[in-house]
Amino acid sequence: MQPFQRHEGVLAPFINANVDTDQIIPARFLHRARREGYGNLLFHDLRYDEAGAEKPGFVLNRPAYRTASILVAGPNFGCGSSREQAVWALVDQGFRAVIAPGFGDIFYNNCFKNGLLAVVGEERMLAALTAAMKRQPGVQAVIDLPEQHVRLDGECWSFDIDSYRKQAMLEGASEIQMTLKAIARIETFEAKLLASMPWSGLRKPIPNETASSQTAGE
Amino acid sequence: MPKTLFDKIWETHVITTRPDGASLLFVDRHLVHDATAQAFDMIREAGLAVRRPDLTLGTADHYANTAGSFDQQPPHLADMALRLLENARKDAFPAYGVGDPNQGIVHVIGPESGFTLPGTLIVCGDSHTASHGALGAIAFGIGTSEIAHVLATQTIWQAKPKLMRITIDGALGSGIVAKDVALEVIRKIGSAGGTGYAIEYAGQVVRALSVEGRLTLCNMSIEAGARFGLVAPDQTVFDYLKGRRLAPSGAMWTQALDAWQALSSDEAATFDREMTLDGAAIEPMVTWGTSPEQALPVSHCIPDPAAEPDRLRREAAEQALAYMGLRPGTPMTDVAVDRVFIGSCTNSRIEDLRAAASVAKGHRVKVPAFVVPGSGRVKAQAEAEGLDRIFRAAGFEWRKPGCSMCVAMNGDIVPPGERCASTSNRNFAGRQGKGARTHLVSPAMAAAAAVAGRLTDVRKLASEA
Repeated sequence: MQPFQRHEGVLAPFINANVDTDQIIPARFLHRARREGYGNLLFHDLRYDEAGAEKPGFVLNRPAYRTASILVAGPNFGCGSSREQAVWALVDQGFRAVIAPGFGDIFYNNCFKNGLLAVVGEERMLAALTAAMKRQPGVQAVIDLPEQHVRLDGECWSFDIDSYRKQAMLEGASEIQMTLKAIARIETFEAKLLASMPWSGLRKPIPNETASSQTAGE
Repeated sequence: MPKTLFDKIWETHVITTRPDGASLLFVDRHLVHDATAQAFDMIREAGLAVRRPDLTLGTADHYANTAGSFDQQPPHLADMALRLLENARKDAFPAYGVGDPNQGIVHVIGPESGFTLPGTLIVCGDSHTASHGALGAIAFGIGTSEIAHVLATQTIWQAKPKLMRITIDGALGSGIVAKDVALEVIRKIGSAGGTGYAIEYAGQVVRALSVEGRLTLCNMSIEAGARFGLVAPDQTVFDYLKGRRLAPSGAMWTQALDAWQALSSDEAATFDREMTLDGAAIEPMVTWGTSPEQALPVSHCIPDPAAEPDRLRREAAEQALAYMGLRPGTPMTDVAVDRVFIGSCTNSRIEDLRAAASVAKGHRVKVPAFVVPGSGRVKAQAEAEGLDRIFRAAGFEWRKPGCSMCVAMNGDIVPPGERCASTSNRNFAGRQGKGARTHLVSPAMAAAAAVAGRLTDVRKLASEA
């Protein structure tokens, strides 16, 4: 994934409560392969009309926000379905960060696996960013991850992030490769766990009844 | 030191803990489904394979065709179910495709096969994985990158959540079921009220619920923001599991039972947050908006957003009513529906179908209505009990197992602008199809809405009959 150090970009407001991942990307698009890209699917049903044309009123279609890379969102952003495609759609559209008062848990986790910085913003920061966007649509802000700062117009607010997630974002590291370095430890653990909970191993291999059973039904 | 049920299971599975507090946890059970193809792409691109195929089980559900024949589903959707089987063959783990008698919704087949066991740690790339906590497990939903991590390592990094206990005492009134309890909990704590928490459900009402009822309750934890929901396993769970296909048997069963009987929160254990509800005060619930927290007893009227003091909540209510095409002050029971869906990982088990059938019996639907059993096994049992004949005689469509109209990924959709009484878990805008309007209800309430053609208090329908 793309590392995140310092990013300067246009802010876009999308300040509604409880924006669920079905809004961020409708379920009917989830079958797409990752490499095909998800950017044009972001907020699809809010962003395009029946004929597939852009709705001029939608925030990301307005000239000031077309190049936005920092989304300023409302409470509980990304709640609902675990679909990581919601994060892919934001990333592929060019977003590097989302700032909100709070996030759905699974969405928050998914952000950090894809180099999208999720910033839990304090109330004063969010109020100031919102006011700045109102005053000057297309205004830019700086997010400084090493310093844990958001800066705009000479003002500066700090934010919290756990040290591990911060490091992973700074390096763009793959978690799987890092975990596999501890494979010997995992092997020892699983043997010990099976010895203490022998019933937790599966009783017998589950017969693979299915290799050829996908049929057209009865 | 006194421990909670969650602590006990968590500690057993910690391999190591990072300085930031996140732990690497061993995964006893990994459920995969047909909407996780991209995770398999990720491990293949990294040159990796499934590390513990023996602890991995797959099933087609999200894209499963619930109609009679394949030509009723576009090929790009049918392909998704087939790709799961392809991945299963490559990595030698069992997976159930459409038409297999064991196929079904991942959160239905886990418990019914005995794959889900008390004291285990279970993950799945689906936010409703907390369902499995109903049997006394730690179970949670994960994203695609995390699925790839579990496939490749059989472990997952997770910070320990805070713990909340929701105690529901008293007894539920006649016709009140787990779905009503879940919607009442979500209404009370809000759709973000459980964010960062694991919820242990306790109290007389929970103890009296069947395993099916507990699955419904834990299933909806995520709609309150909580990734985890669980119930201490007891005799109800042990009786449910005994003899199941993949559950331990013989001497192993006895050993398992000994371990499971120790799985409850110690009396002196403390929780970060406690909440109590009076079971007797819970009424049949129905949602009116586009978030599961926008729920009310069916006897109420559509609320007036103007009465909401919080600006964001007020705006959310206004937007929801505009989307739903509803006016403040309208009695819920005056709201006509266009369609009914009975199914989903929340409410598609045998008990749910029995409840719906008992309402449908002798009536005739006024609107199109789907019944989609949660699994091939549920379908077979329902047919053995004659429930399919009751539904068909009442004009319901009896379908094949899958997620169907809950997530509308397989082609089963609610058409734009139509209003659907649904036993699923999410009333989000567009969830059941673009422009679809969803009212979440229990299975009996859904059947009542189908035969009345409007939202209906099932208790009144029963007394009129």
